[in-house]
Amino acid sequence: MKALPASVTSNLKRHRVRKAVLKNWRLYVMLAPVIIYFIVFHYLPMYGVQLGFKDFIATKGISGSPWVGFKHFERFFDSYYFWRLLKNTLGIGLYELAVGFPIPIILALMINEVRHKFYNRFIQTVTYMPHFLSTVVLVGMISIFLSPETGIVNLVIKLFGGEPIRFLTEPEWFKTIFVMSGVWQHMGWSSIIYLAALSGIDPQLHEAARVDGASRMQRIWHINIPGIMPTIMILLILKAGSILGVGFEKVFLMQNSLNMESSDVISTFVYRSGMLDAQYSFATAVDLFNSVINFILLITVNFIARRAGGNSLW
Amino acid sequence: MVKRAAAVTRQTRGDRVFEWVNYTLLTIILLMIIYPLLFVISASISNPQEVNSGNMWLLPKDITFIGYQKIFQNKEILNGYLNTILYTTLGTSINLVMTILAAFPLSRRDLAGKNVIMALFVFTMFFSGGLIPSYLLVKNLGMLNTVWALVIPTAVSVWNIIIMRTFFQQSIPVEIQEAAAIDGSSDFHMLLKVILPLSMPILAVMTLFYSVAHWNSYFNALIYLTDRDRFPLQLILREILVQNQMDQMSGSADAMTDQILYAQTIKYAVIIVANLPVLMLYPFLQKYFTKGIMIGAVKG
Repeated sequence: MKALPASVTSNLKRHRVRKAVLKNWRLYVMLAPVIIYFIVFHYLPMYGVQLGFKDFIATKGISGSPWVGFKHFERFFDSYYFWRLLKNTLGIGLYELAVGFPIPIILALMINEVRHKFYNRFIQTVTYMPHFLSTVVLVGMISIFLSPETGIVNLVIKLFGGEPIRFLTEPEWFKTIFVMSGVWQHMGWSSIIYLAALSGIDPQLHEAARVDGASRMQRIWHINIPGIMPTIMILLILKAGSILGVGFEKVFLMQNSLNMESSDVISTFVYRSGMLDAQYSFATAVDLFNSVINFILLITVNFIARRAGGNSLW
Repeated sequence: MVKRAAAVTRQTRGDRVFEWVNYTLLTIILLMIIYPLLFVISASISNPQEVNSGNMWLLPKDITFIGYQKIFQNKEILNGYLNTILYTTLGTSINLVMTILAAFPLSRRDLAGKNVIMALFVFTMFFSGGLIPSYLLVKNLGMLNTVWALVIPTAVSVWNIIIMRTFFQQSIPVEIQEAAAIDGSSDFHMLLKVILPLSMPILAVMTLFYSVAHWNSYFNALIYLTDRDRFPLQLILREILVQNQMDQMSGSADAMTDQILYAQTIKYAVIIVANLPVLMLYPFLQKYFTKGIMIGAVKG
C-alpha cells in the first residue's frame, strides 16, 4: 500500500481523536469537576508563587503587585536564621530517613516470620493502632509522658536516682523525640506495604532453598529482601524527595520558645512570617525555595535510581 | 520421599534460636506500643493523685470518672466535637464523590487523553504553590471562617484516586463492563449499578482514610478559621493538651491544687474521648487496610 500524504494522515488522526472523545463525552463530564478542582486549588496557587518575586499590595492583588526580582530570596539567604532553618530541616529529614525508613522494613520481615496465625494478626492490629491517633493527641501524650514533674519517664529516672530531664524544653532532645515518637506511631502502618510485597513472593523459592538447607536467616537475606527491593526503592525515592519537606503539623505543636534553636524548620518559619506577621511575599519566596529544592531532590534521586538500573518512579 | 519431607520441616538449632529471638523482640515492640495506650486509658479513670505520684503504673487505681464529667460539662469541647462530626461527614462525602468521579473515567482503557489528565493530577503530589497563595485563594473565594474552607481545598487526594483506579482496573472484569455497555447502559448507569456495588471493599478503605484524615486534621482549621464557635475538636484539644490552657475547664470554684489535679485527669480523658469514634470503627475496617494499601502498592 502506498503511504498517504502527511496532511491526510494527520486529518485522519484528528478525526479519530475527535471520534474517541465524542464517544466518551459522558466520562469527560464526570471528570470535569475534578479537573476544575485541580486547576483552581492546585494550579492557581502555583501561578500564585509569582508573589515571591513581587511586593504584595493587597488592593492590587497578586498579578497587579509590582515585581521586585529576587529581593525576598536574597533577604532570606542573607538572614542569620537561614542556616539554622536549613540545618534543622535537613537534620530532622535525614534523621527520619536514617531511623524511620529501615525500621518498618525490619518489622515487616520479622512479622512475616511469625507462623502463628493469631499472634501474627495480633501484632499487626496493635502496631497499626497508633497511626490513627491525631498529631495533637500524640504530642499531648508526649508532653504527658515526658513531663519533668509527673511524667512516667522522669518518675522512672528519679526512681533510679537520676535527675529528671526536661525533654521538651531542651533543644538537644527535640530531634530524637520527634523522630522516635514518629517511629512509635507509624512503624506498624508503614510496614503494611512491605508485608504486602512479602506475601507476593513465590513460596516455591523458599521451598527450594529449604531443601538446599538454607537457614531462616539465609532465606530472609537471599529471598525476602531481594523480593521486596523494588518496593523499598520506590519508597526510598519518595522519602528522599521529602527530606526538606518536614511536615508542619507535628513540629509546630512540639515547638516552644526554649527549643526553637533546634525545632525551627522552614515550614514553621513560613507559617510565622506569612500567617502571623503577614509578610506574604517573603513567606511565599521561602516556601517556593523549599518546594523547588524538594522537587529537584526527587528528580535527582529518581534519576540515580533509574541509572543504577533499579526501579524508579518514571 | 518421606525422608525429604522430614528434612523440609525439621528445624535446625539456628532456626530455633532465630524463632526465639524473633518472638522476643516482637513482644518487646508490642509492649512498647501497647503500654502508653493502656496507661492513658487507666489514668483517665484513676485518682489523679495516684497517677501523678507514680503509684498507678498499669491498672486503674481508686477509680473516678471526674475527668469525663468535667469534659461533658465543657461547652467548647462538646461544640468542637459537633463541628468535627459535621466537617468529617461533609468532607468525607465530598471526597468519596470526587474520587469516584476521577477514578472511574481514568480506569477506562478507551478514554483518550487519560495519561495527560493523570499526569496533571500526579504533578500536584510533588509540587505545590505553598501556604500563602493557597491561603489568599481561599480568602478571595470568601471561604474564610466557613465550613467550605475545611472541605473544599482537600476535596480529593491523588493517592486515593490512584488506588481506586487500580481497583477498578484489576478487580472488576472488563467483560462485565462490556456486557453492560452492550445492554445499552450509559456510563453513569454502569458506574452506579454495576461498578460501585462491586467496589464495597475499596469504598470502605477510602471512607476510613478520608474520615480519619478529616477527624484528625487541625492545620486547615488553624489557618482558615478564627471564629472559636467553628473550631473543630483538634484545635480545642491543642489548647488543652499542648498549650495547657484549662483555666475555665475545671471551674473557678475548685481550689488551686484541685484545678491542677483535674487538669491532668482531663487530659487523659480527653484523649480517650477524642479517639473513641476511630477506635470503635477500627476493628470493623481493619481487615480492609491491607487490601487498600496493597492495591496502591501494585501500581506505586
